[in-house]
Amino acid sequence: MHPNSSALLWVLLSFAIAMALRIISLPPLLASFNPDWVLLAVLYWSLVQPDRFGVASAWVMGLLTDSLTGRLLGQHAFVYAIVAYFCVRFYLRLRVFPITQQLAFVFLCLLLSRFLLFWFEALHSHPPLSWQYWLPALTGVLGWPIILAIANWRRQSAWSFK
Amino acid sequence: MVADHYGQINPLRSVLSILVYPVQLLVHIPVDISETLGAHLSSRSRLLKENKLLREENTRLKQRTLKYEALEKENMRLRAFLDNSFKLGENVLVAELLSVTLVPYEHLVLVDKGSRFGIHVGQPVLSAEGVVGQVVRVSPLTSEILLITDPSHAIPVQVNRNGLRAIAVGNGEIDQLEVPNLPNNVDIKPGDLLVSSGLGQVFPPGYPVAEVVEVSPQPARGFAKVLARPKVPLDRIREVLITWTDATSKQFLAHPEDQPTTHTTRTTGNAP
Repeated sequence: MHPNSSALLWVLLSFAIAMALRIISLPPLLASFNPDWVLLAVLYWSLVQPDRFGVASAWVMGLLTDSLTGRLLGQHAFVYAIVAYFCVRFYLRLRVFPITQQLAFVFLCLLLSRFLLFWFEALHSHPPLSWQYWLPALTGVLGWPIILAIANWRRQSAWSFK
Repeated sequence: MVADHYGQINPLRSVLSILVYPVQLLVHIPVDISETLGAHLSSRSRLLKENKLLREENTRLKQRTLKYEALEKENMRLRAFLDNSFKLGENVLVAELLSVTLVPYEHLVLVDKGSRFGIHVGQPVLSAEGVVGQVVRVSPLTSEILLITDPSHAIPVQVNRNGLRAIAVGNGEIDQLEVPNLPNNVDIKPGDLLVSSGLGQVFPPGYPVAEVVEVSPQPARGFAKVLARPKVPLDRIREVLITWTDATSKQFLAHPEDQPTTHTTRTTGNAP
């Protein structure tokens, strides 16, 4: 398979899984812990492949997420595009950072996304008030090492495109 | 975003919703498989027992329907005297819930029937036990239903015992409704059945909505705190009935251009 099409396949597959995880039916207690997997995928791809996966792709993925979760079209798109911009801007520095600093960056990005989404929701409807709204930012940081581990495994396996 | 808020890019929305439909189905499949497996593996004796119970219930319900038909006739006849006859002819469509969580803090559910079946925004959604919610967004293959317990939802109700009108507002708990703005000396008590009053023109009148569980006067506040539990177990439903009532179809015909926007029909509260 051509390396580019193989990479595209991986990107699409990862986003399909991320979106499925995003809307998976969990008990209400666990549902508030479910991190924003799509944003984590956006973060990963825009750090690993900043020249191929950039702001525009993040915007498209955000639009799909909006449709998926029944939000106003464009709010996830806007937020994901901003996060992708920061990733593309700082990816060289982030790659040499130790893991703790990377985690801090991921946490800041997730928190920013939650904050912006909160603001958009508050603009047009009843905003979500409970403190549990902010939990996905924390659990998302815990999800980041898992994503890195899966990515490592993928790179070492025979299917790798590099 | 603004364009979507005013419902001007619905074509784009439907294209996107078709793109994400496979993902929604993918999440639903494991639940579906476990259910079918469970149905196949249930034992013969249990099926026979269940069959017997259902037959008994069917006989009982049939007998009640006979009585109901007679009462409906009588009701129509009496209303004809009063010169304000109304039709009860309601058309329903059974839709199955897709087991996905759209957003944890909102009570939105997704069902597997969409505008291909003629569903439109603002339709009331019922179940066998009572009122479930209303349709807020429709795409070709799926539609989103706002449950009555969502914090942005309000439904005009009436106490079945004495006809007192009120509004039941969701407060974010899946098994609770609040009935605000009732004076402290109001005649309402735990166990009272709240039925839809039909005032907001969205829900048909007379369907059970909730049962009052707590009434506590708050002398300092001026209004009593009244809590009710929805008649439908909203966290356990699998199938819902999407209904076409006279009220909704008339509304749909009268203002076809108002229908695509979700926000005009989202809260249906009128002054009691």
